[in-house]
Amino acid sequence: MNEFLRRVLFLPEQASSLARQVDQLHYFVIITTLVMSTAVGLTALFFFVRFRRRSATQTTRHLQPPVWVEALFIAVPLGFFLAWVYRGYHDFLLLTTPPSNSMDVYVMAKQWMWKFSYPDGPNSAGVLRVPANRPVRLLLTSRDVIHSFFVPAFRIKRDALPGRYTETWFEALEPGHYPVYCAEFCGTNHSNMLAEVVVMRPEEFDSWLVEQRRGRVAQQDGSQTPDEDLSALTNPVRQGEQLAVRYGCFKCHTVDGSPHIGPTWLDLYLRREALEGGGTVIADETYMTESMMDPLAKVVRGFNPVMPSFKGRLSGPEAAAIVEFIKSLRSEPLEQARSRRPVYEPIRR
Amino acid sequence: MSLSAAEAAPPTRNYLNAETTLRSWLLTTDHKRIGVMYLVMILISLFVGGMFALLLRFELLTPGPTYIDAITYNRFFTLHGIIMVWFFLIPSIPSVFGNFFLPIMLGARDVAFPRLNLASVYIYVIGAAFTLGAMIHGGADTGWTFYTPYSSTTATTVTPVLLGIFILGFSTILTGINFIVTVHTMRGPGQTWMRLPLFVWAIYGTSIIQVLATPVLGLTLLLLFVEHAFNFGLFDPARGGDPLLFQHLFWFYSHPAVYIMILPGMGVISETVSCFARKNILSYKAVAYSSLGIAFVGFFTWGHHMFVSGQSNFDSGAFGVLSMFVAIFTSIKVFTWVGTMYGGAITFKTPFAYICGFLFFLVFGGMTGIAVATISLDVHWHDTYFVVAHFHFIMVGAALMAFLAGLHYWFPKMFGRSYPEGWGLVAASLIILGFNATFIPQFLLGNMGMPRRYYNYPEKFQTLHVASSAGATLLFFGFLIIFIYLVLALKYGQPAGDNPWGSRGFEWNTSSPPLPHNFEKAPVFDREPHDYTTPVLEVSHAS
Repeated sequence: MNEFLRRVLFLPEQASSLARQVDQLHYFVIITTLVMSTAVGLTALFFFVRFRRRSATQTTRHLQPPVWVEALFIAVPLGFFLAWVYRGYHDFLLLTTPPSNSMDVYVMAKQWMWKFSYPDGPNSAGVLRVPANRPVRLLLTSRDVIHSFFVPAFRIKRDALPGRYTETWFEALEPGHYPVYCAEFCGTNHSNMLAEVVVMRPEEFDSWLVEQRRGRVAQQDGSQTPDEDLSALTNPVRQGEQLAVRYGCFKCHTVDGSPHIGPTWLDLYLRREALEGGGTVIADETYMTESMMDPLAKVVRGFNPVMPSFKGRLSGPEAAAIVEFIKSLRSEPLEQARSRRPVYEPIRR
Repeated sequence: MSLSAAEAAPPTRNYLNAETTLRSWLLTTDHKRIGVMYLVMILISLFVGGMFALLLRFELLTPGPTYIDAITYNRFFTLHGIIMVWFFLIPSIPSVFGNFFLPIMLGARDVAFPRLNLASVYIYVIGAAFTLGAMIHGGADTGWTFYTPYSSTTATTVTPVLLGIFILGFSTILTGINFIVTVHTMRGPGQTWMRLPLFVWAIYGTSIIQVLATPVLGLTLLLLFVEHAFNFGLFDPARGGDPLLFQHLFWFYSHPAVYIMILPGMGVISETVSCFARKNILSYKAVAYSSLGIAFVGFFTWGHHMFVSGQSNFDSGAFGVLSMFVAIFTSIKVFTWVGTMYGGAITFKTPFAYICGFLFFLVFGGMTGIAVATISLDVHWHDTYFVVAHFHFIMVGAALMAFLAGLHYWFPKMFGRSYPEGWGLVAASLIILGFNATFIPQFLLGNMGMPRRYYNYPEKFQTLHVASSAGATLLFFGFLIIFIYLVLALKYGQPAGDNPWGSRGFEWNTSSPPLPHNFEKAPVFDREPHDYTTPVLEVSHAS
């Protein structure tokens, strides 16, 4: 019965400990809805046939139902509605209250990706690995705008807000791959802000976690520390990258060569660009600085004049740092820059 | 179904031909002419908003990019929402039929403040001009909900759109004040509150919401404008603001706004059900007071839009319960309309087809509304196509059906001509069918987990998206047919006669089209508004 209704209603698989319970209320509500709609429709149809007009000047009796009939028609549906909301709230509390033995994972959303980090452990972009049959609490936050973490198969969704933490939890039942969507509109690439939950057998997960920790420790032992904040003080490239994040450059510019709202920064330095309105320009330091301060002066052909000016917002050294960062974005070295990769390989199906 | 062939000739001098210069239209303070001007403007808005909807549906035919890029798609759905909500649905029934019929139903020669009424038209035009300007400059990409901090940081032209809606709000407020004062002070002799037509009750309830809620929207959009244009930190946490504050303020307006859209429609249905069932409204008082009940309780349910936003669980529970109480008023109305048919003398005309459509969409849309207010279920449905389908059932399904029912019911009165009944039924069936084909797949998409506002989507969703787009095309042809036959009927339609439906509504006591000042002599109200215990024929000659 459960499986039949799930398929009829096009619901995804019930892959979390609470999914089935949530769906049962779903079935009850939808079936009542359909029955009631049909009943109202059939009653109207019956009245329509039974009480069709028989003459052009026909009159009708003035009818007024007694008060107890009115009260009944208010009390019965209200009783149903309140029962639903009671049960719904009950389930909602279960869905939002993580058990005390949950394993924590931090979820950081930004335009347009999901990052997952384990306390004292590895972190990853786009893939959340969790063990089956163990409650996992997610602590969500966002770096820029509001996003929403949605796993249909688990029947969970929670907004990730900038400047605060929200939480949700789930306990996956079976190993497998489950898609994650961003459900709150967050800009141009909202519909590509996907990720997946990979549910592993508990023992596999444990050994995976140990391996990841070992890899991270090995890296920390070396002389090169991956700590971003330390190097940013002395390294203009790192500083430029951080500034680009802070000023939202990546909302429109990519660093991997894919076209977006603005031209990609990959291999931008010394590239010859055709301009809107004719002519070309070589993207040297001068042009890049001018584009930050007076972006509409020379717009690269094929792009909309939408970039805001950063005049008065970026100081001279800051603009220089961003230019240095752009200059560092060469397709050749980027491929070899091991330190920029996550500490383990994201697993893609 | 003309009751008397002799009455067919329209009055030689009426509000349409008393003066014909352009100036006489642009500077008119006649509530009927203002109603007609609103009708033209909101039909343009409906067309523009509908075109955006079709463009969106075409983009969604394939999982990847189809013919526009992501940012254009985002701008289109934003403009679709803004135009449909603020430029079509909110002014539709109150500003067109409310303006035209409320004074006539009360036995008044005009609204209380005719010049304010004219001002509201021009404020609407200015607001629309701002939004149109923004559209030409690319348009905002925030969605009609303007959620912060995305809307306060996006590089698109949000500012003129915000200003346009801010300005439009004054038009809504002026109309609301005008109607409230008119109902209080300009009722004709003998018209007590319990003899008000139910359409007047619905417009009265709507006006209260308009006057109380719209200033909150204006304030909220102004704050967002200040944040976007001058970098004030109000909603953006990076500047010390609170993003949830925006959602609370926005929905404090926008949930009552849903009732601004649907309540007048419920008024239209009360009038038309009574007329075509030729029967007094069962439980008149219950319908009248439930309009006020919706207006009041509707203000306390906004948090059901925020169950997964991070608001406290206690809030979510409280808003869930309150939502059930607002739903019960709607269910009272539904039972009453169906009950009105009991013991009636029903005839199936085009407006009645829309009544049937309305009942189905309101019951199904309303019940799915209760489903999404059931907190645990909303976690899965929130921000998916299920919610999109639910509110389109109410806002397009029910509200638009009511608008079309009203348009077909009152068209003969407004313009003195009748439209071809056969084509009316064809278009009505096409629209009801097309609507179901468009939005029932979207309920299923939502169940599958398809999030809303997605430009690209996984392939498993494609079949249902194609079905939905096909339905939208059907819907388009339905509207096209209506547009063609109504425009032709304006010129070539048979003269309708004063009371072609044999209605007991007070507005049918005037000539069709009505005189410039509505009546030869002020009418006296000596009966209830939906009283069919005496033959109608006698009444239609009484004026």
